[in-house]
Amino acid sequence: MRLKREDLIFALLALATLASGWLGEGAALQGQHLGTLATLAVLGLSGIKGAMIALDYMELRHAPAIWRRAVMGWLMVVLGVVALASLVSTG
Amino acid sequence: MVWLLVLAELLTFGLLFASFAVARRLQPGMFAQGQAELSLSTGVLNTLLLVAGSWAAVRAVRSFEADHRASGGRWLLAALAGAVGFLVVKSHEFLGKVQAGFDWATNTFTLLYTLLTGFHYLHVLVGAIVFAVLWHKARQGAYSQSDHMGPISGAVFWHMVDLLWMVLFSLVYVIR
Repeated sequence: MRLKREDLIFALLALATLASGWLGEGAALQGQHLGTLATLAVLGLSGIKGAMIALDYMELRHAPAIWRRAVMGWLMVVLGVVALASLVSTG
Repeated sequence: MVWLLVLAELLTFGLLFASFAVARRLQPGMFAQGQAELSLSTGVLNTLLLVAGSWAAVRAVRSFEADHRASGGRWLLAALAGAVGFLVVKSHEFLGKVQAGFDWATNTFTLLYTLLTGFHYLHVLVGAIVFAVLWHKARQGAYSQSDHMGPISGAVFWHMVDLLWMVLFSLVYVIR
């Protein structure tokens, strides 16, 4: 059976989710804050997952630019705010 | 029309995400204590269920595009299974919290946690109902290669629910 693009995206989404869980596991078990690099990595993975869902699953890659920019802009702004607030609080 | 709904939902959740992040910055101790009681593995499992649902929804749309109607119906059922799986796991999490004496009005963390996850839970519930209706209609032969706007709109709504969870999962369950 030929692997389709949406199958590959699903595999990447699952792998990125497991990677995020693995990054957060240490801090969760020890009751500590997630470090700066791990926080950035988790948010980066969220951005990649969100972009794959928006561009490939929602098919915004081929949609009018205004919709693509609105959703991708929302994702970047939200993750940026979370990064700023999280890193200030842990830094 | 579904895209206007998507934008409205993104803006609403965006405000809640920003509120959670800023409130955690202002009250780190309270949020650390609250987040320490959340199960990361449950969050990971729910994320996998949501993305599996999204994958199944895409496969359903692709099947109808290729006029594989029976296959499209089966993929809609798979998407419904992902949504129901999420609801079961999340209900178990909520029930455990209630049994442990959780009160949504205790502090800022409990309020924002309840608003974010509860509001998202309701969206998953709507998604599950939509998939159930679409599956029922697909079994009756309502969708074809030339007419499958229903599954497309349902899939877009579900992908939005999934997209929101990608931020929520990191913000609430992973970053502490």
